[in-house]
Amino acid sequence: MSTLTEPAPADDAAPVAVELTYREAINAALEDEMAADPAVVLLGEDVNADGGVFKTNIGLPEKFPGRVLPTPICENGFMGVALGMSITGMRPVVEIMFADFLPTAGDAIINQLPKYRYMSGGQFTVPVTVRISSGGGAGFGTQHSATAESWFMAQPGMRIVTASSPQSAYELLRAAIRNNDPVLFYEHKVLYTRKGPVERGTISDVGTARVVREGTDLTIVATLLMVERALAAAEALAADGISAEVIDLRWIRPLDHATVEASVRKTGRLVIAEEQWHEGGWGATIISKLAQTRIPWKASPSAVSLPHDLLIPYSPPLEAEMLPSADRIAAAARTAVGR
Amino acid sequence: MTDTAAGADRRVGWYHQMWTIRLFEEKVQELFMGGLIQGTTHLCQGQEAVSVGAIAAMTKGDVQTNTYRGHGEALALGMTPETGFAELMGRATGGSKGVGGSMHFIDTSLGNIGANAIVGAGLPIAVGAALSFKLQGKPFGALTFFGDGATNIGTFHEALNMAAVWKTPVVFIIVNNLYGEYSPQMTTTSTVDLARRADPHGMPGIIVDGQDVDEVNKVVSEALERARAGGGPSLLEMKTYRYRGHSRTDPAKYRAPGELDRWKERDPITILGAKLAAEGILSTEQQQAAQAQVQADIDAAAERAATAPTLSLEETRQYVYAD
Repeated sequence: MSTLTEPAPADDAAPVAVELTYREAINAALEDEMAADPAVVLLGEDVNADGGVFKTNIGLPEKFPGRVLPTPICENGFMGVALGMSITGMRPVVEIMFADFLPTAGDAIINQLPKYRYMSGGQFTVPVTVRISSGGGAGFGTQHSATAESWFMAQPGMRIVTASSPQSAYELLRAAIRNNDPVLFYEHKVLYTRKGPVERGTISDVGTARVVREGTDLTIVATLLMVERALAAAEALAADGISAEVIDLRWIRPLDHATVEASVRKTGRLVIAEEQWHEGGWGATIISKLAQTRIPWKASPSAVSLPHDLLIPYSPPLEAEMLPSADRIAAAARTAVGR
Repeated sequence: MTDTAAGADRRVGWYHQMWTIRLFEEKVQELFMGGLIQGTTHLCQGQEAVSVGAIAAMTKGDVQTNTYRGHGEALALGMTPETGFAELMGRATGGSKGVGGSMHFIDTSLGNIGANAIVGAGLPIAVGAALSFKLQGKPFGALTFFGDGATNIGTFHEALNMAAVWKTPVVFIIVNNLYGEYSPQMTTTSTVDLARRADPHGMPGIIVDGQDVDEVNKVVSEALERARAGGGPSLLEMKTYRYRGHSRTDPAKYRAPGELDRWKERDPITILGAKLAAEGILSTEQQQAAQAQVQADIDAAAERAATAPTLSLEETRQYVYAD
C-alpha cells in the first residue's frame, strides 16, 4: 500500500457534462479526488456501510479498497485522528453524519484543526475536509436539523463552504479536498435527491460567491436549501414585475463581501435568506460589513431567518413553518421594494 | 565498539540529557522570576527519566505527541536549549518562531508533531499518525505522552479504542505524576493503577518505574517494536513525580508533608548516576563535571536566545493558512 503517498497525477481531463443528483455529485467528487490522489481517504461513522447514511459513498469502498474507513461513534476522537493523518502525508475527508454532532468534536474543530499550523510557526499543513450533512426540512427533529453553517465562521484557520446544487456540490467538494487547509463542507440533507447538470472535471476556486440569477431591484443572499427557495421567490417576484438578483454565497469563510457589495450597490436593497437564527451568523455579518460601507440604500436590509427564540420542532407542519419559505422570502422582498 | 560499550555511551548520553532537561527547567523558573518569560509554564523536573528513556526508544521515522508539559520530550528529541529558550522568549528563532510558546515546543524534523495545550488532544493525533503509517506501509510507530489527568477525558478512551480496533502502531504513555493539575489522583480518578485502563481495550497495560531511565527505555522499546511489527498498541503507566507545582503560579500546597522529599530520594538522575558509577562507566567526578558543563551550556544558550529578534504580528499571518 506504499502507493498511497505517491503524488497525484495532473488532472487534465476535459470537463464532461452529466446529469446527477446532489448525492451522486458528491459521490463523483469523492471518486474523482480519490482517483487523482492516493492520499485521499474517507472516514467517519458507517461510511462504508451501504453507501453511508445518506448514500453518498456508494461504490467507493469497492473502487478504493482500504481507503473508506468506518470509525467508532466518537467525533472528537476521529477528528483528531484525521488531523494526525493530515500531518503525516494523508488527505482525509471526514464525514459528520449530522451537523448537530459537530460540537462533540468542538475541541478538534476550534482548538486543533485551525490552530495546529499557526502555533507550530507554520511547520504543518492540515488538509482535512469535513463533510457535514446539515439542515432541516426532513423531519429529523430538534437535534438532527441544524445547518450549523455559521457556528465556526469566526475561527481563523478554518475554511467554510456550503453546497446548494449538484454542480456546486461537485466542484466545491473537489476544491475543498484539494485545499491545504481544514475545510468544513456543508451539505443539505433535503438537497440529496435534487437532480441537475454537472460539469464533471470542474474544480471551484476558493472564496467566491455566485450570482445565480441577475436582477436590478433587490439582492437576495442565500446558502444551501435557501438558494432554491430564493430562486423560487425571485420567479414569483418576476411575475409581479420585481427583478431580484440572487447570490449563492457558497463560501462563508472566506466570505465574498465584494460580490455581495457590488450587487447591493446596484440594487440598493438586500434580503438575507438563511436557514439559521440571525444572531451571530453570516447574514448578520454581511449586514454589519455593509453598514461599515457607504451604500446608497433604497430600503433597510432585512433577514428571513429561523424565528427568534424558537427551536426546530419535529411535527412536519410546524417544521415547515419554522424554515424560511419562498413565500416568506418573497414577502420580505416586497416589503423592501414597497410593493 | 562492543554492544556493551555502545550501551554505556548511550546511557552517558541519557545522563547528559536528563541534566539538560533538569537545568533547562530550573533556568526557565529563574527567567520567569526575572521577568524574561511571560505567561505560564509547566515544568517537568523529576520526570526526566520518562522523557529521555521513552524518546530513546524512537528511531528515524517514528513520531510523538506530547503536552503542555513537553519541554522534556522536546529536548530529548534533540531540540537545542537555545531554540527552546528562544521560543519561551517569543523570538523568531524559537522552534515555533515564538508563536507557540512554552506549551508548543514542536519540531517536525525531529519527529515532534505536536505539543498540545488541551488535555487529551494529543492522543487521537498520534493514533492518526500511526494510522497513516499503517496505510502507507511504513515501518514507523507513534508515541503519545499525557498525564494521569488525561485518563479521565473522553479522547483517552476514544483513542485507545480506535487504536485497538485498527491495531495502529502507537504506544500510549501515561506520565503519572500523581496530580491532575492541583488535584491528587485519587480525588478525581476511579482507578489506582491507571495501566489497568488498558484492560477493557484489550491491550497490554504495563506499570513502569518512571524514575529508572533504563527500565523506561526497555519497556517503551518493547512496546514500540511490537507496535511497529503489527502487534497493536500498548498503554504504559510511568509512575513518576513532578517536583514543581502544576504551573508557574502553583506552590503545590496540596502535597502531603514529606512527599516531595521522599520522591527526591528516588531522583531519576541520581538513580542513573549511581548505576553508572557502580558499573565503572562514569565516575562521580565525571558526573560533577558533566553537570557543570550542562549548566554552562544552558546559561550560554539562554543568553544567546535573548538576543534574537521577534517576528512582527503581520509576519505571523503566513502561518494561519497554507493556501
